[in-house]
Amino acid sequence: MRRNGYQGHALIEALHSVQEAFGYLEPEGLRYVAQSLRVPLSQAYGAATFYHFFTMKPPGRRTCVVCTGTACYINGAPALLAAMEAKYGIKPGETTPDGELSLLTARCVGSCSIAPVAVFEKDVVGRLTAAEMVAKAERFVGHDV
Amino acid sequence: MTSEELQEITATEKEARARHPHHICVCTAAGCLSAGSGEVKKALDKEVLESGMKDECHVKGVGCMGLCSAGPLIVVDGAMYRDVKPDDATDIVRSLEDGKPVKRLACDTSAPFFTRQTRIVLENSGRIDPERIEDYIAEEGYAALLAVVTEKRPMEVLDQVIKSGLRGRGGAGYPTGLKWSTVAKASSSGQKYVICNADEGDPGAFMDRAVLESDPHRVLEGMAIAAYAVGASRGYIYVRAEYPLAVKHLRTAIRQAERLELLGNDIAGTHFSFKVEVRLGAGAFVCGEETALIASVEGKRGTPRPRPPYPAQEGLWGHPTLINNVETFANIPPILRKGGEWFAKIGTAKSKGTKVFALAGRVNNTGLIEVPMGIPLREIIHEIGGGIPGGRNFKAVQTGGPSGGCIPADHLDLPVDYESLAKVGSIMGSGGMIVTDDSSCMVDVAKFFIEFCMSESCGKCVPCRVGTTHLYHLLERISSGEAEERDLATLEELCDVVRNTSLCGLGQSAPNPILSTLHYFRDEYQAHVSEKRCPAGVCHMADQEVKA
Repeated sequence: MRRNGYQGHALIEALHSVQEAFGYLEPEGLRYVAQSLRVPLSQAYGAATFYHFFTMKPPGRRTCVVCTGTACYINGAPALLAAMEAKYGIKPGETTPDGELSLLTARCVGSCSIAPVAVFEKDVVGRLTAAEMVAKAERFVGHDV
Repeated sequence: MTSEELQEITATEKEARARHPHHICVCTAAGCLSAGSGEVKKALDKEVLESGMKDECHVKGVGCMGLCSAGPLIVVDGAMYRDVKPDDATDIVRSLEDGKPVKRLACDTSAPFFTRQTRIVLENSGRIDPERIEDYIAEEGYAALLAVVTEKRPMEVLDQVIKSGLRGRGGAGYPTGLKWSTVAKASSSGQKYVICNADEGDPGAFMDRAVLESDPHRVLEGMAIAAYAVGASRGYIYVRAEYPLAVKHLRTAIRQAERLELLGNDIAGTHFSFKVEVRLGAGAFVCGEETALIASVEGKRGTPRPRPPYPAQEGLWGHPTLINNVETFANIPPILRKGGEWFAKIGTAKSKGTKVFALAGRVNNTGLIEVPMGIPLREIIHEIGGGIPGGRNFKAVQTGGPSGGCIPADHLDLPVDYESLAKVGSIMGSGGMIVTDDSSCMVDVAKFFIEFCMSESCGKCVPCRVGTTHLYHLLERISSGEAEERDLATLEELCDVVRNTSLCGLGQSAPNPILSTLHYFRDEYQAHVSEKRCPAGVCHMADQEVKA
């Protein structure tokens, strides 16, 4: 993580490492990064909130990302999200109250040819219907890590 | 590394290939991978081992083959198979022994999808293993770089690029040769930088990802040649963190090239040095704008700044910086290898060469295509794309993502080049091409894009930050049937303000999807406003049932 010689411009790289290790950016981690790189905490916080990739909320035990890129949108991504909301009562960006499942959206995962697409952890699943989406999510949550 | 050593590697590699009478290439780029090509490759590996053909058949993972909608794709001794399942491995390996191809899996490569393409950028894609530098070298890789640094002066390189007529493939189409000359001329006592823009933020576009995943060395070679021509010694590749496979392949490629001394200090025994680092983006569309991208590489929030000064004069840390798109760099090695004149013969008078498009949406063949500039849209959609599925009718094609526009059926004979697309209110863009049919509502599509621009606006300048939000609310009123006649006039007026007063490209082009749909599909807007109905049956009207 300190590969870049503690230089200020390594901020985003460092935040990537923290998020990869902890799943999200906690205030403590942010403070630590800012101090080590000698950048103002405000700048670190600014970068953390500016970029969509960073999250400051702890994720659920499992995360599911629905792609809302143009191709997925046209091929029915909104229906997938609606089905998930009906089943779990969570909107994009939210986690179920028991902390089991987080639902996120992505701008585009670049698998447009098999739209609509959802990513379950690292598993990209394409050509989904609303029913398949919910069934997949059920199996996904029930599955032990 | 000298050119003799390079030839030696080529010879060894070709010899190694010839040792195996049979070759199976499995596409392991993201599209096929998510369709299950990883399992297919494992099954094939196992089958080859078990049937004792290890010395006769070589199975390798390769990059994107293009027709992603038929994935997983594999090529067995030149014959392409589609929709391959792990269970098919037995039949495939058996077919090698008796010499009869597996008919039920055959993919017809004489179809227009394959024959109408011209491959320059993607020439190696789907043929070489992106994780082995030797495979790239065997396809004349790095030959151009070595020839350039040992035999040519930087001016001669610039000359070839100018002659080629290559224009930036990131969307705006700025002449690459001119950009390079500006950076080369910029006086700098110290450092100059080369940045590769791989922050492919357009939703629905995956050209750069495919190039980086399938043939990463080509981009590195292009960057190194550029660095030599402009006098830079450091480079960055700014790539989206959302593309883990591309990042992995790039990092592997950089390591391999450094080991063979094709990157790093004193390349090919000359005094030319070039070091490349990968920088991860973090999901901000605005970072595709060059000044915002520079801010992000510096570790700051990605907000653009007014130009001039252009990055060519004052870029990264205030030094002259050359920024080009992935596809632009990928065009460089063949241009230097075959000459600028060869490249200038392809395409139209003002748009040279080929363009890679990511064809997606409501079309039968989706995937990655590379076509010569000037090809009519109709040919792309109805021949290469194979028409619209489900017997529905073509409605519009959207190019250029959130900065582009929708082109209706009347303009289908339009040749694809920078000027023609601009004339009908769209842009070439980076290469996303999304086809919609009559089940899509154009107001809804416009709303989708403006919602995107609204949330991606960095917030630095007022017209973009506030303007896009108001545009979104106006469209929301229209799509829910609450709008009045005068709202349409407000919409147009506001589009004009946002377009003309925003600081950077994001705001300036944000109204394009609205303006183009308003121009070609005004009747749809009118139906929403005065009749309170959505002709496509997509929008839910507030006060009445949806009429389809």
